[in-house]
Amino acid sequence: MSNKEEEFVVGADGLDTDREKDIGQHIGYRYDVNLVPDLKFITPFLQKYIDKMGWKDLNWLEDVHMGYEEDQAAVFDRNINGWVTIPDSIKLPDNQQERDMIARELLIKFQMSENHPMVDLNNAYRKF
Amino acid sequence: MAKLKQDKSHEMGLHEEQLKGRTQQRFFSIDESENLTYFHSFDVDTSKSATIDALDMTPREINREIRALMEKGIGNITVDNPMSRHGVGVGILNRLNLTFSDSLGYFGCGLIDGPNVHIKGRVGWSCAENMMAGTVVIDGNAGSTFGAAIRGGDLVCKGSVGARTGIDQKGGTIIVGGKTGAFSGFMMQRGRMIILGDAGMNLGDSMYDGTIYVGGEVEDLGVDCVPGEMTELDIRYLTEKLGNYGMKAPNGVEKMQKYVSGKTLWNYDNLEPNEKKLIL
Repeated sequence: MSNKEEEFVVGADGLDTDREKDIGQHIGYRYDVNLVPDLKFITPFLQKYIDKMGWKDLNWLEDVHMGYEEDQAAVFDRNINGWVTIPDSIKLPDNQQERDMIARELLIKFQMSENHPMVDLNNAYRKF
Repeated sequence: MAKLKQDKSHEMGLHEEQLKGRTQQRFFSIDESENLTYFHSFDVDTSKSATIDALDMTPREINREIRALMEKGIGNITVDNPMSRHGVGVGILNRLNLTFSDSLGYFGCGLIDGPNVHIKGRVGWSCAENMMAGTVVIDGNAGSTFGAAIRGGDLVCKGSVGARTGIDQKGGTIIVGGKTGAFSGFMMQRGRMIILGDAGMNLGDSMYDGTIYVGGEVEDLGVDCVPGEMTELDIRYLTEKLGNYGMKAPNGVEKMQKYVSGKTLWNYDNLEPNEKKLIL
């Protein structure tokens, strides 16, 4: 096991299946892809976002979880096809559901920001 | 020699940036503003409504008119007489309430990111393919490859759907009120599928990951699709999710069967290059 973030997500050795034991490494996503969200942990910002969008639950954010990149907690941004790292200054809870809600909130703030890489790409390549 | 087209991306210097030696790692800024919609999206007001009569319009004209109304800030659009046209309501990357008063043809509402769509009729093949976010609710039945390659959002068919529902599903939730055809969840990689009725042959064939919940009978399971254990969180999640669309499992959510990947097809790992060397 290389670091504590990876250990938090995939367990002590990260090797569950026979195939993983055979090759000595974890295979698959860097988070529990099948974990359904627990809405009792929703943050006020996320509630404001889903109200604005007219949804009754987390909608696409149900598939957003906190994983890891290198040795730091991170969330995958599908709009840039890459991991976005959570700064060390943000203290993370030990509960995956709460961590996921933090990941969702940060991802929305990042995606909706004028600093997001999609803004430049949009300006450069948008056809209509 | 052909001259390279000098477009806006060149003017912005996007082709001059040195990538060598730079990290691709991106960090969140704590100081990001709390904007709730995409920076490039239209600012629409859902209390402002408009209606499009699509009787004599082509699909392209319908899509352009929807876009023109969004540009004017209208957030509640109804399309009358869609006449089962193909490829309408596509590529909407915006917050919007969109209603079709009748059925759509093939590839309706594909590539959308955010809107809430209500179709008061049926839909043809590949409804909401590559959907990213939002909700699509269909009152009637749907054709094959319903929600093909969907990435996120809720796709709801209150009737029955054809074969290969959620083929290559990469996220989101597909809900079917009735039956689903053969090969549903084929090559599914992520997301959730909730089938309240029966499922046809080869359910979840070659699924890599994701979860399928079935309320009725399953004809048979595909390769690497295995029964999973229903948790208290699953039951709570399903109850809330179905309640959002006024739907109920015929025999209760607790009696639904959960299916997941057996993961025996997981062969993507670092050994592959070495194995290739051995073979070559």
